[in-house]
Amino acid sequence: MPKTETYNDQVVRLFLLAAAVWGIIGMSVGVWVAAELAWPFWNFDVPFLTFSRLRPDHTFGVIFAFGGSALMGTCYYVVQRTGHTRLAWPRVANFTFWGWQLICVLAMVTMPLGITQSKEYAEPEWFIDILIAVVWVAFGAVFFATLARRRIRHIYVANWYYGAFIIAVGLLHIVNNIAVPVSLWKSYPVYSGVVDAMVQWWYGHNAVAFFLTAGFLGMMYYFVPRQAQQPLWSYRFSIVNFWALISIYMWAGSHHLIYTALPDWVQSVGMAFSLVLLMPSWGSAANGLLTFNGSWHKLKTDPAAKFMVIALVFYAASTFEGSMMAIKTVNALSHYTDWTVAHVHSGSIGWVAMITIGSLYAMAPRALGRPAMHSTPAMELHFWLHTIGVLLYVLAMWTAGVTEGLMWRATNPDGSLTHAFIDSLITIRPMYTVRWLGGMFVLAGMVVMAWNLWHTAAHARAKLITPIPVPIPEPEADQSPAPLPAMG
Amino acid sequence: MAGGYKYFEAIEKRALLLGVFTAIMVSLGGLAEITPIFMAAHAVKPTLGLKPYDPLRLAGKDIYVREGCYLCHTQMVRALRAETQRYGAFSTAEESVYDRPHQWGSKRTGPDLARVGGKYSDEWQRRHLLDPRSVVPESNMPSYPWLSQALVDGADIQARMRTLRLLGDPYSDADIEGAAAAVGGHTEMEALIAYLQGLGIANEPAGVSANKQEGTP
Repeated sequence: MPKTETYNDQVVRLFLLAAAVWGIIGMSVGVWVAAELAWPFWNFDVPFLTFSRLRPDHTFGVIFAFGGSALMGTCYYVVQRTGHTRLAWPRVANFTFWGWQLICVLAMVTMPLGITQSKEYAEPEWFIDILIAVVWVAFGAVFFATLARRRIRHIYVANWYYGAFIIAVGLLHIVNNIAVPVSLWKSYPVYSGVVDAMVQWWYGHNAVAFFLTAGFLGMMYYFVPRQAQQPLWSYRFSIVNFWALISIYMWAGSHHLIYTALPDWVQSVGMAFSLVLLMPSWGSAANGLLTFNGSWHKLKTDPAAKFMVIALVFYAASTFEGSMMAIKTVNALSHYTDWTVAHVHSGSIGWVAMITIGSLYAMAPRALGRPAMHSTPAMELHFWLHTIGVLLYVLAMWTAGVTEGLMWRATNPDGSLTHAFIDSLITIRPMYTVRWLGGMFVLAGMVVMAWNLWHTAAHARAKLITPIPVPIPEPEADQSPAPLPAMG
Repeated sequence: MAGGYKYFEAIEKRALLLGVFTAIMVSLGGLAEITPIFMAAHAVKPTLGLKPYDPLRLAGKDIYVREGCYLCHTQMVRALRAETQRYGAFSTAEESVYDRPHQWGSKRTGPDLARVGGKYSDEWQRRHLLDPRSVVPESNMPSYPWLSQALVDGADIQARMRTLRLLGDPYSDADIEGAAAAVGGHTEMEALIAYLQGLGIANEPAGVSANKQEGTP
């Protein structure tokens, strides 16, 4: 008999550390570029510090470096716990960690130097794209191999979302980035003009769908029941939402191109599917929130649960907003304005960052071999800094966006335009300052989290951690309905 | 209920089946929306009367792409009255057939540039790119002083044109051969200005602009 099987939390800890570091880097860049929009002085006339070169570092840094590290780390954690098995292929798992970190560093360094495809949210050049594809396939292999050796027959729903996230992001990444290199530093996409626009927003929208939604829903479906100490409100509802969400999202990308030169029928299809998408989105949010029924008292004592609840509220709010913004008449006003920026950030710092932070606070003590986080008051402080930051940010950008939309279309009684373009910028300029301040609050919260994690990791740093044994379940003929996430 | 669930259980307990069904479900939307546009774009191409970018404007376009101008400027006048009034005739799909990647953009921190060609003098554009606040005091656009110090590399442009020809852009051998001379001695600033001054003028297919005026809503 071999010695007891234990969970592989080592790679989880590495991803946890990476998520904390990239979170601070990505959000610092965000605060910097926000300052550049408010006070152009901050560009310093230095090419690699200039807004237009630096903004991709913010988006890549928070989405792929911070979000990606958090997703891969929690995915490895969850797939082991829900399957009662150790992670398959530990060397490949370690390769996915170092590979992903290499990709993030390469991307973050090359993009400000002007080595960029300039495809929004897919800026890294072709050689980085190939690395991403390789690491992604390895990530998928580790995940599905672990799933294959699970000891619980039923595949817990969190894994469905993680699986869809891996499959869809792989597909999107490869199709969107097909390009012919001119040199190491420059390539041209095979698509041009309207086809490129459609492929780009099919990718861009579904990066939101599968990276920033499906992946984080996987996180939610494990950590919310875990933190609420209750089963999911409805397991079957989560499955119904799964199929609806993954199939409908893929049709909605064209709502980014309403009233453009994209054929009208595709715009209308995108709008229709975006409206339908509200159902599974609200279904998922409701399922998560209702799981707290009976344990709402936890919100008084557990900041991690508080992060999760507010994350779900922001998820419901921003998906509602997204469906509304996909309506042609609303889009005519909102598109190209800061309203879009407000929407993206209520989704990303409201939903994505808060569910991640909540999950990290839930996972970190267990992965680090401690009974709880080092400081609960620090978690509380983080919660309020973050919440105030999101609200300042989003309210400022809503105000700015609606103002721009209205000023751009305002006409005088004789039919001429009321405002020059620059008037709208002058009007909303104070909002750019408020947005920067909101970003500062969020960043400050991240620093508090990093401090807290550092102290929670005291045992891990001193290499005093005992690996957690895998509970081997009794074989059961039929485990329907689903088992709860394992204690761990 | 229980009977139907039996079949569904198969998916819940088999990772491979779950993976395959997931892959099918996520592929449908893209196939339905991208394939027809891809086909249509290939069918339209030969009827255009539109020339690909000349070497200097190509260099300028790639500088526009490199600097990330698309993050604050769109090149897509939507078919809405306030837009056509402000910027000019609405944009058509044909105008951007040579844009790899497309530069339609998603955010207007600054104004749309699809029709900016000829609206300002070369000198205004130069001063504006060197120091935007010297001509528009309230602007929050960054300065791009390094563009006037760097020269466009002729051999590099030729390599780019060869790659674009591979992708189907109709450059002749003579076009590529003459490219080095065409960009020789020009700064990146001059290339970018040449590109900007052609926007909405040189990228329109012959005869389209007259039709478009009638179509303006």
